Amino acid sequence: MAPGEKLPIAKAINSSLRKALENDPKVLVMGEDVGKLGGVFRVTDGLQKDFGEDRVIDTPLAESGIVGTAIGLALRGYRPVVEIQFDGFVFPAYDQIVTQLAKMHARALGKIKLPVVIRIPYAGGIGAVEHHSESPEALFAHVAGLKIVTPANSSDAYWMLQQAIECDDPVIFFEPKSRYWGKGEEVAQGIPAPLHRARVIREGTDLTIASYGPTVRTALQAADASAEEGRSVEVLDLRSISPIDFDTIQASVERTGRLVVVHEAPVFFGSGAEIAARITERCFYHLEAPVLRVGGFHAPYPPARVEEEYLPGLDRVLDGIDRAMAY
Amino acid sequence: MTVDSTARATTRRSGVKRTTKKTASGTEAAAAASSEERSTGAGAAAKSTRTATGKAPAKKAAKRAPAGTTTAKKTAKKTAKRTPAKKTAPGKTAPGRTAATATGGADRPEMVQLLTPEGYRVEHPDYAIDIGADELRGLYRDMVLTRRFDAEATALQRQGELGLWPSLLGQEAAQIGSGRALRPDDYVFPTYREHGVAWCRGVDPTQLLGMFRGVNNGGWDPNGNNFHLYTIVIGSQALHATGYAMGIAKDGADSAVLAYFGDGATSQGDVAESFTFAAVYNAPVVFFCQNNQWAISEPTERQTRVPLYQRAQGYGFPGVRVDGNDVLAVLAVTRAAVERARTGEGPMLVEAFTYRMGAHTTSDDPTRYRSDDEREAWEAKDPILRLRTYLEREQLVDDAFLASIDEESDTMAKRVRESIRTMPDPPAMSMFDNIYADGHALVDEERAQYAAYAASFADTDEEGR
Repeated sequence: MAPGEKLPIAKAINSSLRKALENDPKVLVMGEDVGKLGGVFRVTDGLQKDFGEDRVIDTPLAESGIVGTAIGLALRGYRPVVEIQFDGFVFPAYDQIVTQLAKMHARALGKIKLPVVIRIPYAGGIGAVEHHSESPEALFAHVAGLKIVTPANSSDAYWMLQQAIECDDPVIFFEPKSRYWGKGEEVAQGIPAPLHRARVIREGTDLTIASYGPTVRTALQAADASAEEGRSVEVLDLRSISPIDFDTIQASVERTGRLVVVHEAPVFFGSGAEIAARITERCFYHLEAPVLRVGGFHAPYPPARVEEEYLPGLDRVLDGIDRAMAY
Repeated sequence: MTVDSTARATTRRSGVKRTTKKTASGTEAAAAASSEERSTGAGAAAKSTRTATGKAPAKKAAKRAPAGTTTAKKTAKKTAKRTPAKKTAPGKTAPGRTAATATGGADRPEMVQLLTPEGYRVEHPDYAIDIGADELRGLYRDMVLTRRFDAEATALQRQGELGLWPSLLGQEAAQIGSGRALRPDDYVFPTYREHGVAWCRGVDPTQLLGMFRGVNNGGWDPNGNNFHLYTIVIGSQALHATGYAMGIAKDGADSAVLAYFGDGATSQGDVAESFTFAAVYNAPVVFFCQNNQWAISEPTERQTRVPLYQRAQGYGFPGVRVDGNDVLAVLAVTRAAVERARTGEGPMLVEAFTYRMGAHTTSDDPTRYRSDDEREAWEAKDPILRLRTYLEREQLVDDAFLASIDEESDTMAKRVRESIRTMPDPPAMSMFDNIYADGHALVDEERAQYAAYAASFADTDEEGR
């Protein structure tokens, strides 16, 4: 990565993996098709060529096996960075992640560490067949022992992955696949923000939108559209789902009095529900309106031809803003 | 989405044309290239429903019963007896040398045996054992002490000191024979019944009791004795073992890994996947299956239609069945399997054909699903009795030795009883400990909230107990 070079998210992740492989001989990249092919999204392109089959490992097509062996490698002192090919394919590994990976540090009373990163391309908007567009972050956020982060831009993709790999805890790294090959962005130099810190990416006074991953761009568009209507909307990029930086959300809501949470995942028992509950507790006397959620429905992710109706696009976010402002 | 498009306005304020054109990225992303335009728009209808939320609930008055005293004790560790792997050539263990049966082994394909149930030494063409008197006496001691510890733990469960205990009764030879085939630098991934293997690894027996008493969920340092935590989800550890072995291979070390599981676990996908990974990467792991004939109430024929050791053939590595009640045969076969792993020949499956003489756990009632006749038939093949018969016939032990083992058993049992009865409950606040290595804001918040809550009871100490 040359200084000042503009990279799309996929290439920023590639650069970050490359850096991690260079920095630490214990870092391994493993997953289905991550080697010669460079992954189905080409995120690991060229890594096996440069670091060898022993460190960039094409695995058998078995997700539980990938995560289970990554646990064993971590116990041996390695730092595996696992790729799950698509969000909907993580479930065969769910048992290993929930019953083993998340709990092992506690079961050993802290005497062993599990520095495993699980990269998952997630969310929809790419016109894919079923099981390729899901947003399962809440299913992992419910589990103590896991950390969950999701970058929304190239700079965060690069730095947050570095931080996730350096972290001694298991980290699920959700990558917004619809943004993989978007416009290139410069990766910031200097000291990155803490991994689990939310960021105010646009300031406003009337209402706060909390978003993350693929919905950050939509939230910014909604803020632009609202500005034309004379509404000042603040936008947060949460960046981390477990833990969630409630302090930053609280500070914002105390200024604006209104909060709309936007995510692609179904809102029922989603991260927005948790944010609504906690912000209601923290900001009860500051709230001018109930915390609203805009997101997916309690329905299977729909066929591609109707996914735009399912996804929280600009108009649905603006609708949410209208509803919050109506109080 | 159940949108009634007729009820919606005709324009969207976004000005974005509603097309289904996709930005397909990646080879799997099927481009849905429709450019069908929609003339629907956002109505911005204020259709929100206001849900009134109640006020904070009344504080619960219930108070937890105070717990015991503090600090985990440290007891002296038993030093694992080092049993260097012998340079014996691995046997011709190609699977399929006995005919497959459709009964999961009920009609007993040939298995490796070096000591008959009557206590006579026999030879096997593929697996020889060169073992001295001291080592034989050591195996006897290991098995007797393990059985005594196990009986003590069962008794402690009956007395209410443990919530549950999974007895290894009958499987002593399978565990001691395999456990003594290892070097200290090898690594073991057990189920929750490997009390004999833990003994061989030098794990203090009292440490095994913590999770069954309910004071921790594992508790020991796996790297202290290269003995991983007990794993309760069936078969999960086979993958951890395989991954660990992959790491050994990457390090260029000559250590080996033993993955323990039972006959029931062979039905689990994780065990199948571990076979695949181990074979593909030629990982130095020995899959040690204790076929004790019962997965709680289900006999082995509910898990398989071929003898389990033959499963290995389909994965491309050898499998062998060994008499799991014959400690010498188990030792010889495991040594050979471990030696294969050390020398880069890859994984091997050992099926130790044995019997769970007791219940699955203290919560189980085997009289509901198996006959006394079956148990009696297996008691005649008791692993300890046959070695003792052999040692006595060969005059390798005398009364003084046997008495000293009994005395050592009594001493150990007393120590186990005393240590369990004084094993402290953990402070309640410890439930927030070690969830993360690098911390987590939510855990910090909830810990503080709980501490404040606990402190609100006047008679509660600082640690929330």
